Amino acid sequence: MLVRPKAGILDPQGQAVERSLRQLGFAVGEARIGRVIDVDVDAASAPEARAEVERMCERLLANPLIESYEIELESGVA
Amino acid sequence: MTETRPHVAVVVFPGSNDERDAAWALSALGAEPVLVWHAEPELPRADAVVLPGGFSYGDYLRCGAIARFAPAMEAVTRFAADGGLVLGICNGFQILCEAGLLPGVLRPNESLSFVCRDVFLRVERADTPFTSRCTEGQRLVIPVKHGEGCWYADEDLRAELEA
Repeated sequence: MLVRPKAGILDPQGQAVERSLRQLGFAVGEARIGRVIDVDVDAASAPEARAEVERMCERLLANPLIESYEIELESGVA
Repeated sequence: MTETRPHVAVVVFPGSNDERDAAWALSALGAEPVLVWHAEPELPRADAVVLPGGFSYGDYLRCGAIARFAPAMEAVTRFAADGGLVLGICNGFQILCEAGLLPGVLRPNESLSFVCRDVFLRVERADTPFTSRCTEGQRLVIPVKHGEGCWYADEDLRAELEA
């Protein structure tokens, strides 16, 4: 899961990084900082795994008032 | 019943560090503080609940985000739903927001600095259970210390609260 501040929500960490990058001479626009959370899920199918991970995001991993999330699935054999 | 001091449950989470201050303050105000470990599924008989400050669960993920799922918080939510008085101080306030018992959320300070200073509050209403010993217009000096003290609500929520 990628959890990050919603568009329009002030991201002071991102701003600090953006300033640093510019000081180093990188011509960057806006920088925003999120977090990546990797979990192993045992599920019968990809849609089932996605639904389970969505519930995790809704309940705990993201606060819907300020954060959005994206889910990426990788299938593997345990 | 000869006991007249109100009992106030103070919920202690792993990483709470202001529960003793809270208990001391409650005693000084004439209440009987009862410390409650976060893993307790039930609260002791209490007239009110205080969630103290600190760094519950190391402030991992978001401050208060993990503490809100502690068994004791389910009991606090039921207590609040039944009309019980709940006060959250510092990290306790962050937990109440994450738990949805208070609106909004606390985000990292815009300065990214830990803020530790006195702030001045004006008592707007003295007719609430929490301010009944204050007078309207009284100025209170409250010490604050927080890294995530930037309360945020979106426009719809703010409009609703101000209405």
